[in-house]
Amino acid sequence: MSTITITDVSKIYSGGVRAVSDISLDIADGEFIVLVGPSGCGKSTLLRMVAGLEEISEGTVSIGGRVVNTLDPADRDIAMVFQNYALYPHMSVRDNLAYGLRNRKTPKAEIAARVAEAARMLELEPYLDRKPRALSGGQRQRVAMGRAIVRKPAAFLFDEPLSNLDARLRVSMRGEIRQLQRRVGTTSLYVTHDQLEAMTLADRLVVLNGGRVEQIGRPLEVYNRPASTFVAGFIGSPAMNLVQARADDGALHLGEERILAELPHRGPVTLGLRAEDLRIVPANAPGAVRFSLTYVEELGAQRLVHGQCNGQPIVAAHPSEQPLPAEAALLADAARLHFFDTQSGRRI
Amino acid sequence: MNRLRILDHVILLIGVFVMLAPVVLAFTTSSHDATTIHTQGLQFGWGGHFAETYEEVLTKKGGFTGEITGARMVLNSLILGIGFAVGKIVLSMMAAYAIVYFRFRLGTLFFWMIFTTLLLPLEVRILPSYAVMTQLGLTNTYTGLIVPLLASATGTFFFRQYFRAVPEEILEAARIDGAGAWKFFIDILVPLSRPMMAAIFIIMFVYGWNQYLWPTLITTDESLFTLVRGIKQILLVWIGSQIPDYNQAFALAILAMLPPVLVVIVFQRWFIKGLTESDK
Repeated sequence: MSTITITDVSKIYSGGVRAVSDISLDIADGEFIVLVGPSGCGKSTLLRMVAGLEEISEGTVSIGGRVVNTLDPADRDIAMVFQNYALYPHMSVRDNLAYGLRNRKTPKAEIAARVAEAARMLELEPYLDRKPRALSGGQRQRVAMGRAIVRKPAAFLFDEPLSNLDARLRVSMRGEIRQLQRRVGTTSLYVTHDQLEAMTLADRLVVLNGGRVEQIGRPLEVYNRPASTFVAGFIGSPAMNLVQARADDGALHLGEERILAELPHRGPVTLGLRAEDLRIVPANAPGAVRFSLTYVEELGAQRLVHGQCNGQPIVAAHPSEQPLPAEAALLADAARLHFFDTQSGRRI
Repeated sequence: MNRLRILDHVILLIGVFVMLAPVVLAFTTSSHDATTIHTQGLQFGWGGHFAETYEEVLTKKGGFTGEITGARMVLNSLILGIGFAVGKIVLSMMAAYAIVYFRFRLGTLFFWMIFTTLLLPLEVRILPSYAVMTQLGLTNTYTGLIVPLLASATGTFFFRQYFRAVPEEILEAARIDGAGAWKFFIDILVPLSRPMMAAIFIIMFVYGWNQYLWPTLITTDESLFTLVRGIKQILLVWIGSQIPDYNQAFALAILAMLPPVLVVIVFQRWFIKGLTESDK
């Protein structure tokens, strides 16, 4: 168990492409950090640099206070879980678990004890003598986790470990990973493109875009105060509504609509609105902005109402049991509005 | 539907007949004595000299020096076939491992150099090969018989394709698990390649077993003669008015066919597996 410190790390490929730019991150002992972003944002590259599978072009990575830049993956005291599990197909589950320990000359009795412990923890005991191809996807994923656990490494690295599972299994494995990590208390770095996975697993999440950090924070912090329009659009489902508006003398102009708001800023501004912070009211409600409906998605507990305000698309959540007014308008709580600089996309 | 199936079977039966009839004919003919064959030609019936012919072929010392028996020739052929197949597998796996997993200078060039040897089978370079073996003093040795045949790219090429299909993550997982280059090869790659090894073993064993030109050239000592060569040797013995031992030639031909057939039957399952599905 130990800390991971990433300092000004960049990955520059031959040809000058910067896949990762100047990322710094302090991971506390036992912390669960999720790197999240769209594909191509550099999250996997960063993880692989920590693992030692990818060379670090600039900056330093230290694990447990020791700079590991030039160390082999085997000497970094990390374990990794891959998206396709990367189990050794010709070895039994038991041998898959034991292989790393055997290579490290661990005494036989201890290997047996650790394999047994991991198998019990992951409920893999009945399958120890099977080959990976005789296991289901979820069981294979457990073996991959077991291979990480038996090593008792300083850190777990997860590279989209749930992407190959079906949706239902993904949810249950998500819970298992979280509980397991709490139980063994190993520092973890987890890569995913799924914002829901990121929200539910992370102690802190790191939102990456184009090789740069957009925001680092606790899931609710990131959700409640997204640092940029990118984060606002990426975290949360449905994505936050982003509306172009103009601010002047204490009011916000949405086309010809005028909303009173306290704003330190003048000029064009991007207004961010979460669907669940919007209320659909009859058109004649005071202070509301006209909303023309286009279509409705029923989700069961609530419905998502798609429509337009002044030609800009907006999604609002509405309780399923309440009927929609024929002529609708939108009301929002002034405290729940997010403002972003239209040029840079940063939060104001 | 039914009529179609009968037609299918008729076609298949014709195929079987075309393929097997010569073999059966050779087998039945080999059970007659030489005189019958010489005077009456090939025999479809059973001749009744089966045991003595085969015993004589396997144990009687023959040839020019009278030193070589059929059994010895079988052994020589086995040494050539197995030695060639095993040597080929070991060499080509190691070459393919280097080409696929190590980035060394001029790696691609080396691969294409190996690859071009496909265009240069032993028959094309037989004189220089013979000169080299003579200068090394390797004529009339098993080494001289086997080593020059090994130099060709087929195996390397097959293994290269096979290794490239092994997921990158398995290599990465092994690296994290502390397996070095050698351990990864022995612990992961070799066991994963077993079906491919079996497939190549069959092809190469049969190829080595059926070698004729090179063994004829490199071995003059009759104790190193292979079975395929021995058949011809018998037909050449035409001393005076003596009839060639046709029965023995047929018996040797049958014997020469057996091991490749056995190898194919035993390894068949692996063979198909190696060439079609992958266990990765």
